Amino acid sequence: MSTRLARGGRLIDRARPVEYRFNGRRLTGFAGDTLASALLGSGQMLMGRSFKYHRPRGPVASGAEEPNALVNLGEGGRFEPNQRATTTELFEGLTATSQNHWPSLDYDVGAVNTALSRFLPAGFYYKTFMSPRPFWKHLYEPFIRKSAGLGKAPTQPDADRYEHFHHFCDVLVVGGGVAGLLAAREAGRAGARVLLMEQTAHWGGRAPVDGDRIDGQAAEDWVRHIVTELEAMENVQLRLRCMGAGVYDHGYALGYERLTDHLPGADGPRHRLWRIRAGRIVTATGAIERPLSFAGNDIPGVMLASAARDYAVNWGVSVGDRVLVVTNNDDAYRTALVLKEAGLDVPAVVDARPEGGGELARRAEAAGIRVLKGKAVAKAKGGKHVTGAVISSQAGEGAMLEEIACDAIAMSGGWSPVVHLWSHCGGKLSWDEAGAMFRPDPDLPPTGADGAGFVIAAGAANGHLMLGETLRDAAEAGARAVSELGATPASPGALPAAEAPEEAPLFPVWMMPQGAGHELRSKAWLDYQNDVKVSDVRLAAQEGYESVEHAKRYTTLGMATDQGKLSNINGLATLAQRLGTEIPKVGTTTFRPPYTPISFGAIAGEARGETFQPIRRTPIQDWHEARGAHFEPVGQWRRPYCYPQGGETHGQAVAREIDATRGSLGLLDASTLGKILVSGPDAPRFMDMLYTNMMSTLKPGKCRYGLMCSENGFLMDDGVVARIDEQTFLCHTTSGGADSVHAHMEEWLQTEWWDWKVHTANVTEQYAQIAVVGPNSRKVLEKLGGIDVSAESFRFMDWKEGVLGGVRTRLFRISFSGELSYELAVPASEGRAVWDALLGAGEEFGATPYGTEALHVMRAEKGFIMIGDETDGTVIPQDLGLDWAISKKKTDYIGKRAQMRSHMADPERWKLVGLETVDGSVLPDGAYAVAEGRNANGQRKVQGRVTSTYHSPTLGRGIAMGLVLHGPDRMGEVLDFPKVDGEVVQAKIVDQIFFDKDGEKQNV
Amino acid sequence: MKRYSAFAIAREAMRHHEGWERAWASPEPKRKYDVIIIGAGGHGLATAYYLGKNFGITNVAILEKGWLGGGNTGRNTTIIRSNYLQDPSAAIFEKSRSLYETMSQDLNMNVMFSPRGVMMLAQTEHEVRGWKRTAHANALQGVTTEFISPRRVKELCPIMNIDGPRYPVLGALWQPRGGTARHDAVAWGYARACSAMGMHVIQKCEVTGIRSEGGKVRGVTTSRGDIDCDKLGIVVAGNSGHVANMAGFRLPLESVALQALVSEPIKPCMDVVVMANTVHGYMSQSDKGEMVIGGGTDGYNNYTQRGAFHHIEETVRALVETFPMISRLKMLRQWGGIVDVTGDRSPILSKTPLENCFINAGWGTGGFKAIPGSGWGFAELMARGHSTLCDGFELDRFREGRFVDESVAAGVAH
Repeated sequence: MSTRLARGGRLIDRARPVEYRFNGRRLTGFAGDTLASALLGSGQMLMGRSFKYHRPRGPVASGAEEPNALVNLGEGGRFEPNQRATTTELFEGLTATSQNHWPSLDYDVGAVNTALSRFLPAGFYYKTFMSPRPFWKHLYEPFIRKSAGLGKAPTQPDADRYEHFHHFCDVLVVGGGVAGLLAAREAGRAGARVLLMEQTAHWGGRAPVDGDRIDGQAAEDWVRHIVTELEAMENVQLRLRCMGAGVYDHGYALGYERLTDHLPGADGPRHRLWRIRAGRIVTATGAIERPLSFAGNDIPGVMLASAARDYAVNWGVSVGDRVLVVTNNDDAYRTALVLKEAGLDVPAVVDARPEGGGELARRAEAAGIRVLKGKAVAKAKGGKHVTGAVISSQAGEGAMLEEIACDAIAMSGGWSPVVHLWSHCGGKLSWDEAGAMFRPDPDLPPTGADGAGFVIAAGAANGHLMLGETLRDAAEAGARAVSELGATPASPGALPAAEAPEEAPLFPVWMMPQGAGHELRSKAWLDYQNDVKVSDVRLAAQEGYESVEHAKRYTTLGMATDQGKLSNINGLATLAQRLGTEIPKVGTTTFRPPYTPISFGAIAGEARGETFQPIRRTPIQDWHEARGAHFEPVGQWRRPYCYPQGGETHGQAVAREIDATRGSLGLLDASTLGKILVSGPDAPRFMDMLYTNMMSTLKPGKCRYGLMCSENGFLMDDGVVARIDEQTFLCHTTSGGADSVHAHMEEWLQTEWWDWKVHTANVTEQYAQIAVVGPNSRKVLEKLGGIDVSAESFRFMDWKEGVLGGVRTRLFRISFSGELSYELAVPASEGRAVWDALLGAGEEFGATPYGTEALHVMRAEKGFIMIGDETDGTVIPQDLGLDWAISKKKTDYIGKRAQMRSHMADPERWKLVGLETVDGSVLPDGAYAVAEGRNANGQRKVQGRVTSTYHSPTLGRGIAMGLVLHGPDRMGEVLDFPKVDGEVVQAKIVDQIFFDKDGEKQNV
Repeated sequence: MKRYSAFAIAREAMRHHEGWERAWASPEPKRKYDVIIIGAGGHGLATAYYLGKNFGITNVAILEKGWLGGGNTGRNTTIIRSNYLQDPSAAIFEKSRSLYETMSQDLNMNVMFSPRGVMMLAQTEHEVRGWKRTAHANALQGVTTEFISPRRVKELCPIMNIDGPRYPVLGALWQPRGGTARHDAVAWGYARACSAMGMHVIQKCEVTGIRSEGGKVRGVTTSRGDIDCDKLGIVVAGNSGHVANMAGFRLPLESVALQALVSEPIKPCMDVVVMANTVHGYMSQSDKGEMVIGGGTDGYNNYTQRGAFHHIEETVRALVETFPMISRLKMLRQWGGIVDVTGDRSPILSKTPLENCFINAGWGTGGFKAIPGSGWGFAELMARGHSTLCDGFELDRFREGRFVDESVAAGVAH
């Protein structure tokens, strides 16, 4: 049984007990514990259940690679599933529950799957659950879904907040072990801006645990000194609890900093996402130990040798009283020595190598530990915890030589460099035969825009597992990073001297024992969380899933929350063996970000609720809000839809606003309207290309309604263009289209007509724009005074600049409602004052603000098109009867050639008409007019569709516009428009101008 | 082909599963086939399958430069729906959806088609009108959809926040028989069925050239030698431009990265597929428990099968706002695939300037859902020279301006 040792634990403070709860039980650990070390210290080895077979699971690792010890952490708004106990720092009041079991962790009904496991091999679900067909949706799938998943879903909104940092540095060093510290120091001494991040709460990585010495000091002391030195450098930033999550193109990297996970409720954000641009990225991310594949290697109490050592050295926790060590390399002897020194029993070190180990092995033997050479664990025994191990020859099939009683097994199958960050952006790997590992191929790094590699692997992450090599490689990496950036590395000081025992070579072991038969293979786990066994990978290969990607997807190997950190190499070695090929030929699956899972909260950052996206406000927004407007989102604007008063419905408010406007005076905040200045000697020529109309002939002081088409000829935007002077045009666009129209202009200018002398500027937010609409609009402007608005001197489609009511104003006489109407543009800072002045002056006329819906209805009553309603990216101006706005004199404009294509000139294209329901009702939005019969695919034939449909308060009936086959030639014909439920609404084809056909109101 | 069944599993369990045969054979290429399909993704394999099943053409090779199903078939977010606006689109996607309904039984491989329902949110007035139009169109096209109220949205998907301050949910287009399927199994199922008909699925066989004579296709040059054929189908999403170039013609499409991501697995909390085009994101929960998430394409042309993080950020931001409970879940993995996007966001299923050479390309961000329908129609086109399912998707439409524009309804991605 695991327990807390009386002494030891370099990371815990025994003077500070910490209370926490696990599955409702109140337990005590120490400050500095992880949840896993605290639970082990409390004798709780069983921490969870596996995904498929619901096998009992204890921790197998001590860090980020842990696949088993996942818990539901916290409560309410701070609840989080699938938290790794091994990386969760203990805090006072922590509550955790284990996952994926019913009714309890100890007695889980789902464990019946273990008994049935022979019927549930890899991919069994692809071969069954197929009949009868409806059973999949209603029976099988719901059952599978319920039994899958791990942690519970959060039910409450997140109580924490998150933030983003943008950071620029010369050298980003990921990993705060001795390699990362040394690389950072080399770069820092050369004057580079350095960011060093470490995912845990401690500097130094494994070196202090391994007990080697550097420069004559204990590694721990050396680490303390170098950290002090780094902290003193102004150009170096150090971050703990900050993981290098991903590497992307162009030296972009992600850091994931966990600020308050260990201090819940503390002020400030919980996580911080670092978005980093680095000149060079040094990945000093260390290496991860591999499990050994023997039967029963998933029983709680079987864990990595390095983890058993970590628990003893870092947290003063023994993982068992009698710990059997099984290995194929020297490093695991360190664990045996540590445990022995802690006063625990190590019944034997089972070394798969026939010749045994080196210096460390000799030390172990000297310490009285029995060493079995060329031997294997054929089978771990036990149920919810280890009770013993069957020992056999590694070379054989597993015949028992002896049985050794033990309550834990520390295993080591060698080490795999953490190559994730190297690989994220295309860095390639090479297979190191001697070390039985993939390591970064220095000739094929991820490359930047200049073709040079921008990631440099260092230390163990680069395949240098011995301390001396690690330090040499890290120093070189730091120096290389700065010299590649054009700086001079600091004069090379003496390399720190490592004092570590010589290690004998590793002996690759992919199956233990080598000749294990089916019985053992089907109990040898590769992927602990997803329950993938050696037999599963072999089955995949047998069935032709030979590509490593197929095998992964068929068996789910490496698809668990640890993303195969422990299982991948063992899995592909198993695959290679079964296929009779070499490991490098099988290759790896793709390493994808993030290195370990990162919270969605951190990715979203501060962007939520009101500030989910940037919010754009007009200068008059406060007034709309105070007035209780009902808003609709239009891009990032929020425009008043209508201004309901009293108990009005939206429909009633819209009708009132229209009545008031048509009867007297309405005001519209049109500030969101796009305003783009086009200026320069070539501006007239450019305008002629942008618009279908002839714009170069427009006189200063005049306005013209213009159409803009895409390269494919489709109508994309419209609006009034005012010529400011010979070289300057002001283009009004739709509210939603302003940014894309501006981008469209720039695209043409920058890629096609780069030699034209034209500038564009999007001045949308520089002006407040107000439409003054209705029979009394002229009077209210006269009251403000300053610009002559008389009918004779200020004609329709004129514009003037002047001082109106004391404010510098551009005044346009244009109309989108059919009424006498002006739009005035004033500097944004004056917008609210002018709005108030208009309301004041207009009071006697009952000045009524109106919203977007009234705007839409009034334009529809006049038969004016609306981009996005009458157009949808498939409509050309000719469809809308807008031929008059297409210049016949110009040789070219954007879209002209496209409009000459056969289908564009086809007389069968649907054309714009008005539609009136026979019964006066409102046609449904988007309804289609049916024709006789069905097409070859059995679809009902259609001959037209509704593009806009409203109730017109002015006319007291439904009005609509639509596109209809030969529409303009079919006036008076009645069409059938079925609703979704089949009920038919009939409508007559009429002229699209429903109100004031001759424009008498507008032109007074 | 030995049939898969619960009984077969029980039988094999008694002999340590040593009797399972290969799902598909691994033959050496012959010198000549009646038909060669380049690309063993879902679309290529489905084409081959229906060539055999519907037209009795089985002397077929499907050539794959990597591993079958390794392109977008194995990278997408597995959404299946047919609520398209334009007639040609609705026809082929609905055919496809209906083939998914019976695919497991047809292929004798459980592809886990799960008609859990797909909803596409309306979060602006403009979107409301757009989805209502689609619902009207669908009713006439024989596609069952309806426009549903915010309340119904909330009932179907309780974890959604429908009252967000910026883009409250105003309704949704709901397709109850849309859903998801297990993408890999679709490729494997077709490959197994093709192999059982005697076709050759040849992996690690890269086509490096297309040979022709007198304007007619003769065969292909591959990393494993020259192979002749009477007819050639190019079905290589993500590389269409390259391979078309080998055949001597150009395609009006761009290749861009589309990214996706998954969360860690959690217990079931979402039974429907939700797409939110205004805020750019979509999400469903897999049978394994992961939240499967996608968004818009990257903004630049690219062949790397990875993308820029800011797109992930945009997508996640949208979904945290739409589903606040995911804020404390974690992103497990992100990845990318390369999609070929045409000007009108609709595919090309067409004859080409090279006689007897056909192309199936340009599915953009929505190819997975189309696999069986595309295979059905394209096989007919290759076998008979015409398919009503492919009508409208000819290469010539770009020359004629006869677009099948779905961008109006489909938004950014699907």
